[in-house]
Amino acid sequence: MHGVSPAHDALIALIPRLRRYARMLCADAAAADDLVQDTLERACERLAQWRPGSDLRAWAFTIMHNLFVSETRRPRYRLEAAHDALPGDTAGNVAPDPAAGWVEALDLERALRALPQAQRQVLLLVAFEDMSYEQVASVVGVPAGTVMSRLSRARARLRELLEPGADGARSAGPRLRLMK
Amino acid sequence: MHAWADGRLDGERLRRFEARLDGDEVLRAEAHAWRRQAQALKALGRDTLDEPVPQHLVDAALGSARAARPARGATGPGAWRAGDQRVWLAAAALAAMAWSVGWLSHATFASPAVRVAQAGAPGFVRDALAAHVVYTPEVRHPVEVAAAQHEHLVQWLSKRLGATLTVPSLDALGWSLVGGRLLPGADGARAQFMYQDATGARLTLYVADAGPQSGDTAFRFDRDGRIAAFYWIDGRFGYALSAQTDRATLLALAEEVYRQLSRASRPPA
Repeated sequence: MHGVSPAHDALIALIPRLRRYARMLCADAAAADDLVQDTLERACERLAQWRPGSDLRAWAFTIMHNLFVSETRRPRYRLEAAHDALPGDTAGNVAPDPAAGWVEALDLERALRALPQAQRQVLLLVAFEDMSYEQVASVVGVPAGTVMSRLSRARARLRELLEPGADGARSAGPRLRLMK
Repeated sequence: MHAWADGRLDGERLRRFEARLDGDEVLRAEAHAWRRQAQALKALGRDTLDEPVPQHLVDAALGSARAARPARGATGPGAWRAGDQRVWLAAAALAAMAWSVGWLSHATFASPAVRVAQAGAPGFVRDALAAHVVYTPEVRHPVEVAAAQHEHLVQWLSKRLGATLTVPSLDALGWSLVGGRLLPGADGARAQFMYQDATGARLTLYVADAGPQSGDTAFRFDRDGRIAAFYWIDGRFGYALSAQTDRATLLALAEEVYRQLSRASRPPA
């Protein structure tokens, strides 16, 4: 349809996936689209570095991850109050389907946002993108073992947040005895 | 266990793991919780995938030099950065700290809140003013659930506060609902509803569980400097209505809020 190049077409096809992930990183649909746009621009500038045949999705997500991490570490841009902005444009973050467990979806989103950034990233790349743990490791730039431990902590924390009291199940297991 | 929760085991490995689950109740409970999570997470962002892609993003993917960005308050590369942490840090700080003036960057707004608190107002009023100061300046994320999702907002907040909430409509007085958010309180969740008038001024209605000991009270007013607040306790809940406005205006609003809330909680027989 666009016909510039297969790589550009593949990038366009990735936009919805990049947006979905960015929204859970950024908390705000408009800010997420800014991140996606920065990612796409960076990807186009570097398209020559992309090896045809290799995984474009992992490459694009890596670019987005690095952009996000570098900007959050080095707060170059301040979000100043701008009074012409429309309030309440945050509804984009949540599922609009009224029948589909809205209360649960809001709770889940809230719990997700309460996770440390690094844990949330790993969890979302697995859940949203169905990436292998090795792919996630390469996108995030940490060893696979770190991915697994972040994933464990994220899942345990999410469970605590969503099923308070579920911890009892854990402590009901075999206990260590103090040796005297 | 991750691989099982993510549906990535098959053949012999799947059989071996499930046999292990059969013999371990604790492990089984955790594994199923993880799997439920994984499935709920997959569903969470699904609607985003079906949204139409804005043209400026397609242009960016085509490498059109510097695709235009939609006009908005804070734009430019990197503007997405702050979206997340500020609001959540603010929420966490509200939960973790009793009250600290120094923490608030809006010192000019902070002083009236402190003095109201010192005047002996209940704790929830202090929290309401803190939340007013923190969230009313927010441009990008003033509320968690926007007014457009009114029914979901009420349903969600009601569930979290454990009682059916009513959101007063103040349109007749010139204030439209922006939305609401859930906030942590000393003894359970609290709700903040935000309204805005045509000039962009903001009003918040804060709802907190008043505790079993508290009886109903009359309206109480306090103001110092810029923020005026009316608060009262009615039944289970304490309410605080805060805005930078004069007493008469706020009183009219408080009376309207009170009237609508009591009509909702005590329907005519």
